[in-house]
Amino acid sequence: MSRELTLRNAVVALMFAGLVLLPIYAHFANDRFLLALFTRIVILAMAAVSLNLVLGYGGMMSFGHAVYLGIGGYAVGILAFEGVNSGFVQWPVAIAASALFALVIGALSLRTRGVYFIMITLAFAQMAYYVVAGLARYGGDDGLTIQKRSQFVAPLNLSDKVQFYYLCLALLFGSLYLVWRLVNSRFGLAVQGARSNDMRMRAIGFPTFRYKLICFVIAGTLCGLAGALLANHSDFISPATMYWTRSGDLIIMVVLGGMGSVVGPVFGAMALLVLEEALSGITEYWQIILGPLLLLVVLFAHGGIDGLLKLASGKVRP
Amino acid sequence: MTLFIEQCLNGLQFGLLLFLLAAGLTLVFGIMDLVNLAHGSLYMIGAYFAATFAAWTGSFVIGAVLALGATLLVGMAVEVVVMRRLYGRDHLDHVLGTFGLILFFDEAVRLIWGAEGLTLPLPSWLNTSLEILPGVDYSAYKFAIIVVTIAVAAFLYVLVMRTRVGMLIRAGASNREMVSALGVNIKLLYTLVFGLGAALAGLAGLMQAPILTVQIGMGENILILAFVITVIGGIGSIRGALVAALLVGFIDTLGRSYLPDFLRLILSPNAAATAAPALSSMLIYLLMAIVLVAKPEGLFSASGK
Amino acid sequence: MSDLLQVERLAKRYGGIVATDGLSLGVADGELHAVIGPNGAGKTTLIAQLSGQTRPDSGRIVFAGSDITALPMHRRSHLGLARSFQITSLFLDLSVLDNVALAVQAHAGHSFRFWRDARKEPELREPARAALERLGLAGRAEQPASALSHGEHRQLELAMALAVKPRMLLLDEPMAGLGPEESAAMVALLRGLKREVTILLVEHDMEAVFALADRVTVLVYGRVIASGSPAAIRANEEVRQAYLGEAEATHG
Repeated sequence: MSRELTLRNAVVALMFAGLVLLPIYAHFANDRFLLALFTRIVILAMAAVSLNLVLGYGGMMSFGHAVYLGIGGYAVGILAFEGVNSGFVQWPVAIAASALFALVIGALSLRTRGVYFIMITLAFAQMAYYVVAGLARYGGDDGLTIQKRSQFVAPLNLSDKVQFYYLCLALLFGSLYLVWRLVNSRFGLAVQGARSNDMRMRAIGFPTFRYKLICFVIAGTLCGLAGALLANHSDFISPATMYWTRSGDLIIMVVLGGMGSVVGPVFGAMALLVLEEALSGITEYWQIILGPLLLLVVLFAHGGIDGLLKLASGKVRP
Repeated sequence: MTLFIEQCLNGLQFGLLLFLLAAGLTLVFGIMDLVNLAHGSLYMIGAYFAATFAAWTGSFVIGAVLALGATLLVGMAVEVVVMRRLYGRDHLDHVLGTFGLILFFDEAVRLIWGAEGLTLPLPSWLNTSLEILPGVDYSAYKFAIIVVTIAVAAFLYVLVMRTRVGMLIRAGASNREMVSALGVNIKLLYTLVFGLGAALAGLAGLMQAPILTVQIGMGENILILAFVITVIGGIGSIRGALVAALLVGFIDTLGRSYLPDFLRLILSPNAAATAAPALSSMLIYLLMAIVLVAKPEGLFSASGK
Repeated sequence: MSDLLQVERLAKRYGGIVATDGLSLGVADGELHAVIGPNGAGKTTLIAQLSGQTRPDSGRIVFAGSDITALPMHRRSHLGLARSFQITSLFLDLSVLDNVALAVQAHAGHSFRFWRDARKEPELREPARAALERLGLAGRAEQPASALSHGEHRQLELAMALAVKPRMLLLDEPMAGLGPEESAAMVALLRGLKREVTILLVEHDMEAVFALADRVTVLVYGRVIASGSPAAIRANEEVRQAYLGEAEATHG
């Protein structure tokens, strides 16, 4: 992340400031919907940031990333259903379950490349979807209502919408910092090298498989935490969270926002969700616009929003 | 015993139907190196067209033929307008671009036909049962599906193995540049291959329509199965797609029928009831995982890439 | 004295095509051994098998006394066997310095370090800069590798192979695509390296081969047809006909 005062960095700073100040604005505008929308944006941004780690930096086209949102969410949901409401138990379980799932799926999927890898990650995620949808005790297809949010120690109360928003935001900022440190470390460079040219990495002496696998696990774990947050936010979890098209939504956020930087996916999450809101106000059939729009971004605006900002910054440097 | 035979036939029918879908997918992957997520949308469109045309013309068969033609046209149009710009690009671009197509098609269908879904009723001459074997009755329509798909599979075999076009297809699957260098009109070949894939998908969709439903999102559900089959069978290999599709069809159908009973033997009735649906769903993915561990390129990988 | 690298009856076929056909050769410690042959002779397949990219169907490869025939690619580098690629294979989206630093990093312990900025680690950056200096690329250190000319790419290839101070270099056509000036520079560079590291050089450029090589092996259709001093090879009738004859005709 460059520290120069460029247009792009200014926009990033403004966005962060805006996110921090949002609840205050929402309070004065008496707009409860806005807070709910942005809580969702922040949580999904965290999921997208985790996906960018494997996709943008790792070059691993995982099309099953939404499965971790589901695993984290169901960890919370199932434990809550069985009477365990403590966040101190739920959240570590969510994290551990996601890590374990990522480890197994990663170990199997990373044996393949390219198109196979895409399809396999997609298929395993879908498997999880069907398994969970088959669990009648936990709501099956209809999903599971979560009666009580994760309980921590007072004064932390997740039912307080503003508190919950700031918790999510703190975790997003934490994730951003963590991913930033990660991609610039030895580990991060090894993963980026593997993305750039896996064969060369092995030729110079890197056992690339293990680095890619660990990257995959870290990303899945982070997304699992986002899943726990999402379940709390909606007070509900259903298999639909893991349906493969939701993984597609996450990929859209990452690509739309820009894969080349840690912060890009946040732009993407914001852009996609705000666009959804705006477009659905105009027409019920807004996806008919989103579809071709996505295609156009793929064909012409490859660096995403962040890419465009950096391009513009090239001309506006003090 | 008759139940077992019936389930075997169901497995065969399901497997053959999946083969139609997977064959198109694997052809397009193998020859144009294109990941097409919107393949399921073509399946859906085939079903929707069939339901509409059958209602208009009052004939199931005419409706089906028209639907096939219409899906072929849509497929070729998509190839010319969208796919051509994606060739040679990163697979991620394919994934995103065709994902965008899914969104577009889902909404377009919703716009044109509404959110409710359609039905495609069977004509009376198909809506009966046949005595396949002494004492074994089987749905005439499902039997017809088996016959039609076997015929299509035979046609594909002849096309790919015995015609000049088929030779180009096979050559293209293992060496794209070479085929180009031979001076073949690649653009036309690609359009035709994609159209063929679309027609196969549409056929699968319309044949399935009377049995399942015709609704938005039906493509997304079955696409995953097609992918699993392509992975198991090996990208670019139609033979692989057939073997894998039959495997998947049998394992899934027989698994769902007999796993609950099997589980009841070793678990408590309660546990069996809970675990059965979940485990049945997992079966084909377990198969895929096993194949991956043993042979990551699939059973019959076509290309030497 | 046994050779640093011993190749014993190596064989590899791709379907109906025999790429390597009972190939045996030895490279002595400290020598520069050139491998030449017409197109299709299997030179690159040989390098692929020596570096671990491809598994031979049969035969043995012994390096510094250990049988490495089945050793995975990434382990060979750690034994001191480094390779450059005929078709440039770099990390094009990373900087020139990053490229070489990664080569250093591969040999500087494990990479399960998640926190410290690797671009600020002197033990990675210093040797990388030194390698770039040596090859005259120091000025381009911060630029993306994609911005370099073809000749500079070949130099970067070499820098990466050298950065880890290997015992032996497998060089696959380092002169490929270089103009006369760049070729001369590369020859001078390789000459300077001769004393430090054992080299197996696959090349088409005959001037370079005869200027540098201590010994020359000639491959035709995956088999060794002659091996010996440059003078002996030049005089060998069979070699002349199979290879040098057509080369002279084209260089004419």
